[in-house]
Amino acid sequence: MNRVKYICFTAARMLTLLIGVCVISFILVSASPVDPLESYIGPESTMSEEARAEVEEYWGLNDPPVERFIKWADNTLHGDLGRSITYDMPVSQVIFSRFWYSLALILTAWILSGVLGFAAGILAALRRGSIIDRGIKAVCLVFQSAPVFWFGLLMLTVFSSILGWFPMGQAAPVDKLAEDVTLWDRIYHLILPAVTLSILGISKITLYTRQKATEIMNSDYILFARARGESERQVVMRHCLRNISIPAVTVQFASFSELFGGIALAETVFSYPGLGSAITDAAMNADAPLLMGIAMFSAVFVFVGNLTANILYAVIDPRLKEGGYRA
Amino acid sequence: MDEKRPVLRVRDLTVSFSMYDRGWKKKSLEVIHSLDVEVMPGEIVAVAGSSGSGKSVLAHSILGILPQNASVKGKIEYMGQPLTEEGQRKLRGREIAFIPQSVDFLDPLMKVGRQIKGIEGSDRRLREVMELYGLKEETADLYPFQLSGGMARRAMIASAMMGTPKLIVADEPTPGLDTALSENTLKSFRHLADGGCGILLITHDIDLALGVADRIAVFYAGTTVEVCPAGDFDRGGEMLRHPYSRALAQAMPQNGLKAAKGSQPYAGNLPSGCLFADRCPLRTEKCGGEIPMREVRGGKVRCLYGA
Repeated sequence: MNRVKYICFTAARMLTLLIGVCVISFILVSASPVDPLESYIGPESTMSEEARAEVEEYWGLNDPPVERFIKWADNTLHGDLGRSITYDMPVSQVIFSRFWYSLALILTAWILSGVLGFAAGILAALRRGSIIDRGIKAVCLVFQSAPVFWFGLLMLTVFSSILGWFPMGQAAPVDKLAEDVTLWDRIYHLILPAVTLSILGISKITLYTRQKATEIMNSDYILFARARGESERQVVMRHCLRNISIPAVTVQFASFSELFGGIALAETVFSYPGLGSAITDAAMNADAPLLMGIAMFSAVFVFVGNLTANILYAVIDPRLKEGGYRA
Repeated sequence: MDEKRPVLRVRDLTVSFSMYDRGWKKKSLEVIHSLDVEVMPGEIVAVAGSSGSGKSVLAHSILGILPQNASVKGKIEYMGQPLTEEGQRKLRGREIAFIPQSVDFLDPLMKVGRQIKGIEGSDRRLREVMELYGLKEETADLYPFQLSGGMARRAMIASAMMGTPKLIVADEPTPGLDTALSENTLKSFRHLADGGCGILLITHDIDLALGVADRIAVFYAGTTVEVCPAGDFDRGGEMLRHPYSRALAQAMPQNGLKAAKGSQPYAGNLPSGCLFADRCPLRTEKCGGEIPMREVRGGKVRCLYGA
């Protein structure tokens, strides 16, 4: 019963979230000063006035916004997300082809920032006040204050331009045919954008882990464990890691949505062909169907991420198992 | 083995914490000063005092689990040998057991059985001690939040029995237990003590301490003002040596619940000389000076006029 209720409640929440995201992104894109036709045909087009009017009519740009929205919603409910005017492809196809690039990027950055941030946070907490702790804190503050796009440009300048270790951008070598691209090529092109993106979340994860681990190490049960003869190592392995896992899951999954937000900047800087650069293009061209498609997709993705965290809590924390599922 | 050798002997113990006072100025807060206490094998010594008198700090300093900003001066001897940090590390959980005061001292995410067992216990011994303390076998698979207050306390006491303790430091082991259970707990302490174990029982419940302890160390504002046989508290405490102990005895229900005026001075704001002076009926000018511990009628007192 409890579970059924939980699932219904979650589904209802996701539905209202999606409707909200759609309405807001539609209002925003409608209010955009960019003329979709203008950006489609380019400023030097010789298209006649009549032809323009015809395309506008065909795209439905002259209909009232509410009518356009309802038409879009109707089509969407029937599985048709519309056609992207930027890429001249169905929106679903654009999303599908680019999603994998973004997923690879996000997951790499997520794991990278998660593992490094967690380790650094615990190390700093265990050596609180030491040079290591202060160093980690200083680096975190720098990372926290640096904007992602700026950091991306810095990475490009240093590692691609000056040192020449990494490619300038894209997801594969430009001079290779699609079927010749190897896995290594892809990884090689993924490294810089992934590192850049991980900078977004790593300092928050580190500082949060450090804070929580400090609280745990100062707790009464750690004191008792020490009083019972556990060595520092046993205290950390038996109690600290176990207890830090819950806040760690929270912050890990919270960073998921942030990373999704970060791909718009990171992918644009590295001309990486994922959803982030697609949504930037969609916004620049007032490409309403694509923008809304990606917005909807991201909302679902982030929602699922948070849902996973909630389910994981119940798995890790015995106190929640008793109380049933809680969102 | 010399029967007379104390298991634990604390001499002139002073514990202070350094902390930041307003901005960057560091200040040192003395929580325990010139404390003396001894526990003989087979003896239960109750350290009784009101809250905020530094009782837990005493327990933590014996075990060597004080936080890093604490500094300890004075002597702690275990079995006649100075108890060094190294020694504390080796002995705690094995020969020196600690019974903490609340369920917060159990890891919330570890099953109770594993916690009682600790790092060196065996499954066989685990079953034995659980049975001894009336914990059902299924309890081992529960998490601390699923235990009642009494079960949690029994679990913590059981954990102390995993090793072969010669000294048990129990910090308020009975609050939250019903009368039957707390009597049971104290009875098991008595049993352990009769087996040769020395027990330092820290409590604010003097009544309870009197029921089980051989000697009482009366604790006031971070030091022991009197150490006496438990029997001295009988008959309204007329046998007691220190005015504070007498006030304490007077405040007991059977003696009419007469509370002493004023309150205990807080660490960091201690007067020089006798700490009880401003509440004491016997105060004279001399009380502002150094007050040594004196032997009086088989007990010890930190008062110029105690007799």
